[in-house]
Amino acid sequence: MRLLAAEGLAVSRGGLRVIEGLGFTLDAGEALVLRGPNGIGKTTLLRCIAGLQPPAAGSIVLAEDAVAYAAHADGIKPALSVAENLAFWARVFGGTGAAAALRAMDLEALADRPAGALSAGQKRRLGLARLMVTGRPLWVLDEPTVSLDAASTLRFAEVVRAHLDGGGAALMATHIELGIAGARALDLTPYRASGAAPARPHSFNEAFA
Amino acid sequence: MLALLIRDLRLAVRAGGGFGLGVAFFLILSALVPFGVGPDRAALAPVAPGILWVGALLACLLSLDRIFALDHEDGSLDLLATAPLPLEGAVAVKALAHWITTGLPLILAAPLFGVLLQLPPAAMPWLIVSLLVGTPALSMLGAFGAALTVGLRRGGLLMSLLVLPLYIPTLIFGAEVTRRGAEGLGAATPLVFLAGITLGALALIPFAASAALRVNLR
Repeated sequence: MRLLAAEGLAVSRGGLRVIEGLGFTLDAGEALVLRGPNGIGKTTLLRCIAGLQPPAAGSIVLAEDAVAYAAHADGIKPALSVAENLAFWARVFGGTGAAAALRAMDLEALADRPAGALSAGQKRRLGLARLMVTGRPLWVLDEPTVSLDAASTLRFAEVVRAHLDGGGAALMATHIELGIAGARALDLTPYRASGAAPARPHSFNEAFA
Repeated sequence: MLALLIRDLRLAVRAGGGFGLGVAFFLILSALVPFGVGPDRAALAPVAPGILWVGALLACLLSLDRIFALDHEDGSLDLLATAPLPLEGAVAVKALAHWITTGLPLILAAPLFGVLLQLPPAAMPWLIVSLLVGTPALSMLGAFGAALTVGLRRGGLLMSLLVLPLYIPTLIFGAEVTRRGAEGLGAATPLVFLAGITLGALALIPFAASAALRVNLR
């Protein structure tokens, strides 16, 4: 099943085009890893696909209600406990399996701890556990392994593997080798915008972006 | 949506939340005014409705920027925007949570502070009714201001400038209801206007605020 198809895609950050002419598809069971130097526009592209900003040109065709997005920030409330944070997102997405997600990311022992007392890596694990309770097939991940140790990175790769086997797909920007068998890599460098950006913003809104 | 409401209420009540801030501010204002104006009834009673309403309005303003700013900082706003919950619904729920944690305690505490300001007893029911009808508009209009300025550094000042003019009609009619109540006149007309403003805000603001949020999240 096709979960995502992008064609002739261009995205802009701060009014300047960063990526142009990008096209790719992602089917169920596939993982696509975006690569490229800092500033190439990986985060901007992922935000576009998550629907947080419109593309500058081209089209993105998504299966309905498919995307679960994980950004640099994990969206964790320090005053709530780990289990409460996760239960909130499970209820918002109408998903289940909070207990299984805690187990998969090795957070069971920390479930009643306030999330504010977690280390950076533990917070990251909680942020990734959130993906599992969304019940959505397409995971859009922005640098998912930042601040994870080697063991947690392996654990996360296993979780992604299981997600792919269950008919999901993953699109991620990462600089390290996750070791997910069959993952395709897409280098964004050839799609860097040529710099022929419009001298003037297209619209009134963009002038204030 | 219920999950979001429960989460916001829980966050407001726990450490670092904004619960009680508005009431504390309201208490300070109502306790200080008699010292400044003088404690006699002849001086205080005529200005009491206005001061109570200005106090409620400023107390409400105090905690407005928390509606979206905290969620924006830790990234939950991005995640909420990609959640199945419509953003309009999320705005309405967050404004409701703000009203429950700020407006409702103010309404409950207002009769006590009315006594401090020598508000005539006949005006008490009118004060409560006017606050009950008017404060939801304060939270809603405030959510709009907060949505416009989310992500701006030190957006609080800009938000106050944007929101205060929008608060003026509510202030005028709210204080008028209480004043007419105190003088024993019919208060139905300003009360109807006050309710009209609130209903208009409830109907329109979720759409305006979520449009502003979408622009700011780009």
